[in-house]
Amino acid sequence: MNHEFDSTTPGIAKASLASRRYWPLGQLILARLREFYREPEAIFWVYGFPILMVVALGIAFRNKPAEQIVVDVQQEGAEQAKVQFVRDTLQKNKIFKVQVNDSARCRLRLRTGKTALVVVPPSSAGGAYEYIFDPTREESRLAQGQVDDALQRAAGRVDPLPIRIQTMQEPGGRYIDFLVPGLLGMSLMGGGLWGVGFVIVDMRIRKVLKRFLATPMRKSDFLLGILLSRLLFMVPEIFVLLLFAWLAFGVVIQGSLLVLVILILLGALTFAGIGLLVASRAKTLEAVSGLMNLVMLPMWVLSGIFFSSERFPEAMQPFIQALPLTPLNDALRAVILEGASLPQLWPQTAILGSWAVGSFVLALRWFRWN
Amino acid sequence: MIAAIRCINLVKRYEGRPPVEAVRGLDLTVASGECFGLLGPNGAGKTTTIEIIEGLSEPTAGDVEVLGMRWGRDDAAIKERIGISLQETRLSEKLQVDETLTLFRSFYRSGLDPDEVIRRVSLEEKATTRVGKLSGGQRQRLAVACALVGDPDLLLLDEPTTGLDPQSRRQLWDLIRALRAQGRTVLLTTHYMDEAERLCDRVAVVDHGQVIAQGTPRQLIAELGGEHIVEFTLDADGRPPLEATDLADLPAVYSARKDADQFCLSVAEPHVALPALLERLRQTGHRLAGLTTRHASLEDVFVTLTGRHLRDGEAPP
Repeated sequence: MNHEFDSTTPGIAKASLASRRYWPLGQLILARLREFYREPEAIFWVYGFPILMVVALGIAFRNKPAEQIVVDVQQEGAEQAKVQFVRDTLQKNKIFKVQVNDSARCRLRLRTGKTALVVVPPSSAGGAYEYIFDPTREESRLAQGQVDDALQRAAGRVDPLPIRIQTMQEPGGRYIDFLVPGLLGMSLMGGGLWGVGFVIVDMRIRKVLKRFLATPMRKSDFLLGILLSRLLFMVPEIFVLLLFAWLAFGVVIQGSLLVLVILILLGALTFAGIGLLVASRAKTLEAVSGLMNLVMLPMWVLSGIFFSSERFPEAMQPFIQALPLTPLNDALRAVILEGASLPQLWPQTAILGSWAVGSFVLALRWFRWN
Repeated sequence: MIAAIRCINLVKRYEGRPPVEAVRGLDLTVASGECFGLLGPNGAGKTTTIEIIEGLSEPTAGDVEVLGMRWGRDDAAIKERIGISLQETRLSEKLQVDETLTLFRSFYRSGLDPDEVIRRVSLEEKATTRVGKLSGGQRQRLAVACALVGDPDLLLLDEPTTGLDPQSRRQLWDLIRALRAQGRTVLLTTHYMDEAERLCDRVAVVDHGQVIAQGTPRQLIAELGGEHIVEFTLDADGRPPLEATDLADLPAVYSARKDADQFCLSVAEPHVALPALLERLRQTGHRLAGLTTRHASLEDVFVTLTGRHLRDGEAPP
């Protein structure tokens, strides 16, 4: 860098030596940032992966214009005119997708889920119309009701009550709206655990921790450096995820950005603390990976990333609510989807805060440098 | 004058089944400004000793003084004034040489400019190269550079040249000699005898966690009695085998030993000992298959003291 003051000008070199300031915390953060950005795989996992998740799940659960109901009409054993009547009636409404098939084929299609309902018209005048379906399948029950209504009305039934239908479909209530805050929480968890836990164990194995310990480096600088660099990586990660969700799916943030930022910081700190705790004693990468998966797996399933945690039985709820990711996801959803304010979120922030404080205290007590 | 390092009756026991005593009552004094070598086979307790001196490991018993200060009381002050390299540290491969040194420099209150250190270890051309792209010798010089960047009074280098090619070893020797010439104290461990002989003002031979001999390489060799070594083998011609003890009484021979088929005499005056040896062999009817003479080395000191070779670590059958 400064080759101009070579051995020929010792006076200048001395002067600059004295004037040059070094800031250990800054250097530690810089080193972590460099290590991170020079590792292409890490960049993909941190930034690419959440976006791929949003894209994949967004496509899988996109809101379809209006889902068609597949109905099979059985041909054999039925009066031809009745078959004709059923087919024509249903085809008038675009919601139905009708196929006329023989008995065996109808049943096969029903069994394999290719059709929701099989209609068997009567073989003679005055005979009953038969509906064949599996009552445990939601779409089959729906199809039965809809098909029945359509056929009865076509046969002359008059509904006694006048009704009016109003459809509603605005951002906030879709699956993708539910999903994005969950993925945000998930990447805060993964990033905190891997970004702190894995990095520290790797440094312990490489004996870098031990080497640092033999320098006058302050331990608090080191831990703070890991933590702050983790928060720095997170900024683009969160930004990219929310921006993408907004541009591609129109997911908007209803609440205050400040509250969202505070929650994200709290979540990131909490999981960094847990990462530190997991890494405090582990001596191999296998051990720390196993521990992290053990910590993350229950939260992946229970804490409401992909579906609401309320689906689990009442007896499990106290446990689920005590996991750190559950209140984080709940709070993120409340801010992003409902525009909740910070005071409304005090139970969630209290649980998260206790995890953050508790994990840091224990981690610092147990931490082994060599 | 304060000794740079003083260890008195150092003991380190690792709990376990069975407990392992890596260091058992080791005494060591390193004077300011000297280059001191801890010499011994693998597992002798060299690394444990040096890590206790570095403050990375706590002794089970005994007393350690570093630059007149003590661990547990003056930690911060000691750390500002020592520079270390561990036996194996894998510094971050993604960082450049200059970035690594700037990071280490930032930990010290005062120290050298990273560029200056890079020049001292002759890594100027690699200053902006990532650590992952350096050769083994270059990495080892970077490790020494990290030890130097705080401008320490005392350098503790654990096996700085192990695993390096001869040229890289020589480069490191030059570097360590230059440090010594600047008045720094250097303590290094090695299991290469030639390295200790060429580099160190004084050495301590460590075995089974204790210092078994101490002094300048020349002194230790002189203590053998003979500064020359005569090695020979005999024709296997059915004669009753000759034993080392049969030769110990020859004039100018201080000691004799036999490694497998090879006899090894330590000799003060070869011109006296050799004719006597040939005469003795003529009397017993043995015929020489080969004979060489050479100067005694620290290896001979070690073998004489322990009956083992430095590099084996195991006792001969």
